Amino acid sequence: MTTLAAADAPLLQVGTLTKTFGGFTALDNISVEIRKGERFGLIGPNGSGKTTLINCISGALKPQVGSVVFCGENITQLPPHLRARRGIARSFQIPRPFRSMTVLENLMVGLDFAAAGSAAAEEEIAMSILTRMGLAAKAAAPSDTLSQVELRKMELARAMAVRPKLLISDEAMAGLSSSEVDEVLDLLISLGEEDITIIMIEHIMQAVMRFSERVMCLDAGKIIALGAPSEVMANKRVQEAYLGT
Amino acid sequence: MNKRSHSIAFWAAVAVFLVAVLTMTQIVRNEYPFFAGYVILQFIALAVAWSILGGYAGYVNFGTNAFFGVGVYTAVALFKATGAPLVVQIAAAAVVGMTLGFGVGLLTLRMRGIFFSIATIALAIIIETFVMNWRFVGGAAGIQIQRPPVMAPFDSYVKMLFFVQAMLAVIAVATARYIQNSRIGRGLQALRDDELAAECTGVPTLKLKLIACMISGALISAAGAPAAMYLQYADPSSAFNLSYSVSALAMALIGGTAHWIGPVLGAILLGSTQQLLAVTISSEVNVLVLGIMLVLFVVGAPKGIIGLLRPRYRLRAGGKQ
Amino acid sequence: MDLLLGAVVLGVLLGCFYAAVSVGLSVSFGLLDVPHVAHPAFLVLASYGVFQLNESYDIDPLLAGLIITPLFFVFGLLAYRVYHETFERRGSDAAVRGIAFFFGIAFIIEVLIILQFGVDQRSVSATYIGKAWRFGEFRIPIRQLVAFAVALALTVLLAVYLSKTFMGRAIRAVAQDEEALRLMGANPVRIKQFAFGIATAVLGIAGALLIIVAPVEPTLDRAYIGRTFCVVVMAGLGSISGTLIAAIILGVAESIVLTLFGASWAPAISFAMLLGVLAVRPQGLLGR
Ligand SMILES: Nc1ncnc2c1ncn2[C@@H]1O[C@H](COP(=O)(O)OP(=O)(O)O)[C@@H](O)[C@H]1O
Ligand SMILES: [Mg+2]
Repeated sequence: MTTLAAADAPLLQVGTLTKTFGGFTALDNISVEIRKGERFGLIGPNGSGKTTLINCISGALKPQVGSVVFCGENITQLPPHLRARRGIARSFQIPRPFRSMTVLENLMVGLDFAAAGSAAAEEEIAMSILTRMGLAAKAAAPSDTLSQVELRKMELARAMAVRPKLLISDEAMAGLSSSEVDEVLDLLISLGEEDITIIMIEHIMQAVMRFSERVMCLDAGKIIALGAPSEVMANKRVQEAYLGT
Repeated sequence: MNKRSHSIAFWAAVAVFLVAVLTMTQIVRNEYPFFAGYVILQFIALAVAWSILGGYAGYVNFGTNAFFGVGVYTAVALFKATGAPLVVQIAAAAVVGMTLGFGVGLLTLRMRGIFFSIATIALAIIIETFVMNWRFVGGAAGIQIQRPPVMAPFDSYVKMLFFVQAMLAVIAVATARYIQNSRIGRGLQALRDDELAAECTGVPTLKLKLIACMISGALISAAGAPAAMYLQYADPSSAFNLSYSVSALAMALIGGTAHWIGPVLGAILLGSTQQLLAVTISSEVNVLVLGIMLVLFVVGAPKGIIGLLRPRYRLRAGGKQ
Repeated sequence: MDLLLGAVVLGVLLGCFYAAVSVGLSVSFGLLDVPHVAHPAFLVLASYGVFQLNESYDIDPLLAGLIITPLFFVFGLLAYRVYHETFERRGSDAAVRGIAFFFGIAFIIEVLIILQFGVDQRSVSATYIGKAWRFGEFRIPIRQLVAFAVALALTVLLAVYLSKTFMGRAIRAVAQDEEALRLMGANPVRIKQFAFGIATAVLGIAGALLIIVAPVEPTLDRAYIGRTFCVVVMAGLGSISGTLIAAIILGVAESIVLTLFGASWAPAISFAMLLGVLAVRPQGLLGR
């Protein structure tokens, strides 16, 4: 199946996606393509539908209309765990660690189920991920004893343990100090350098500018801007969405 | 230290236990110890089986009595219809229990927490009502069972049942231990902590929940299957008695559900206390003690006895503790 | 046909009574999200309290229910306190233990009743018990009518309390958005505790009705786990008017099945309906 055309095809295609809750439309006809290896920023005011979009991509929610195509395969109807096995990993806006496990065990879940390999190798892989995330010292710590930054990092580390092609980070920097933001951002950028495609949801504009190759801005479930970071920031509707009502 | 030697130690202990049980049936004359021991072994099987779903997966099953009663009546119906031997009765009960477990597993699609628990009570009552209206096995009045002749090397049926229940308890423990140390155990623990996060990390939650329900159900029904032979009698209100649910749940939680040894300890401790109390005082006081212990433990010692013994007992025993 | 009509009429009466025994749960479980499996055990305990007062001092059962109401209020305050301190504040795996906690409490109450009163059925005496009104073919026991009237009044009263009074609104608010209430300077835990107290206090009267309608026995709570949870879930969690409608649906269904198929199937009705609702529409038949 690896024809030349497939190699050029986008990693992720979201097509005319619409998601409603009762009578409320949270996502309205969203279409976007994300290239392989791209660093993609997703912005928009609170409640604009960012988390809902990645819920639809990761499978936590099923859209009413539209499709999600990943690596040329239509995955719209797949449950989340099968998407994870195909290489889609995410972090959660509010961290959701496996509280009764240690940090290392949290990662082992992903390695066990999404990225099957031999048991002995798994622990090494987990440790190497933790080392890169600067969490190696906490490997044996129960996850309910972690600080806020550590939790955020562990969320990313656990997502990495899925061995993803596409990593989606949902406000991984919210509530962190500026030095901590830089730390997490550097991590994400370095991951992007090794062929992992990343969608980053963020409110901190400097971080978005520094990170993204392209930025998409949502407002009330619609795409209001999509393009180079500087263009999007300069867009009048984007500025209104953030500053105005 | 490592997994291998853990396993060797475990199976050696199992062998020693079974040999001891068998030897006991050959040496001890008095039937009473077997009569009492049977009940304790049954509780071990029930508590361990319960904790596969209730402990590892965090789905609190109030319907242990449904599975138990289904086991009893599968055996009774089969025995009455065909005179099938005990082993066949138990196997059939396990199959039916597994099927029921599949149904209960499907419930987890739509409900969790207290909703799941209430649904399992509902299931128990509905099945009990059907059995009450089932003439073939005696309806609400119950049915008398004539034991077939005992098989060698046993010289009494109760001793044989004691040995059989010991086997069932061993099977339950070995299964729970296997699950705990396998990928399945890790997956169940993950989904107990956070089902959505587990899904998004690649854990097939529905499949694992179905597996847990089916295994737990099969083990409970199997443990219930010999009960009619034990009592030489079966009736719906005792076979589906809610006290089986309370006992299984209480023994597992009091022992601690993070490790298979917890429910075993809980069952031995409470089961033998019950046997003592039943002789010396009354069966009501039994349930009272169980209830009070349960409440005290869930309030004061959330990790159960094993939590008290070892403050940070990890779920996974293999590897480096 | 007449038989069926009679069943429906009796079912409606029965249904209102079911509403009265369920409204408390509608508050504690429906609004406050407490997995209160011991609600029916508290209910039966109240019935025995009423029995004791009626037996020893010849107090009218309804008055007796009123007398034990404050006691149950305090009882509720305490129960919530323990639950909150040990389970709500901890989160995570506390859910499992919270459920087990109330399950254990239910059993303790059951056994204490057995130890105190024995396993036999108990009933109360009052002037309106034992008589019946006849309308041609129909025969409606007056005890049913009394229970119906009081139950209806109780349910409506609680509905009005929750929607019209300041405290009632605070209770509804705390169920919807605890954080908002905290920001307004109110103490959500205090409000929830009070609400749980009210939910338990209502059981004083409900327990009186239970023993007026029919004799009680210590394990009667098990049947009422099905009935009360069926009503509350069918109503859509926390909806008091829904509770009344759902209870009447249950009452009529039970009454019809009783007439057509006999008593041995009746206990399964509420559980079957509950299972059906949970499986098909967990948000309740009447909910959003
Ligand atoms: N499960 C849900 N049920 C109902 N409404 C929801 C649900 N999830 C999100 N919403 C609504 O959809 C809108 C978009 O939410 P979200 O995607 O979380 O926004 P963002 O992540 O951009 O802040 C919000 O108005 C939110 O209230
Ligand atoms: Mg969001």
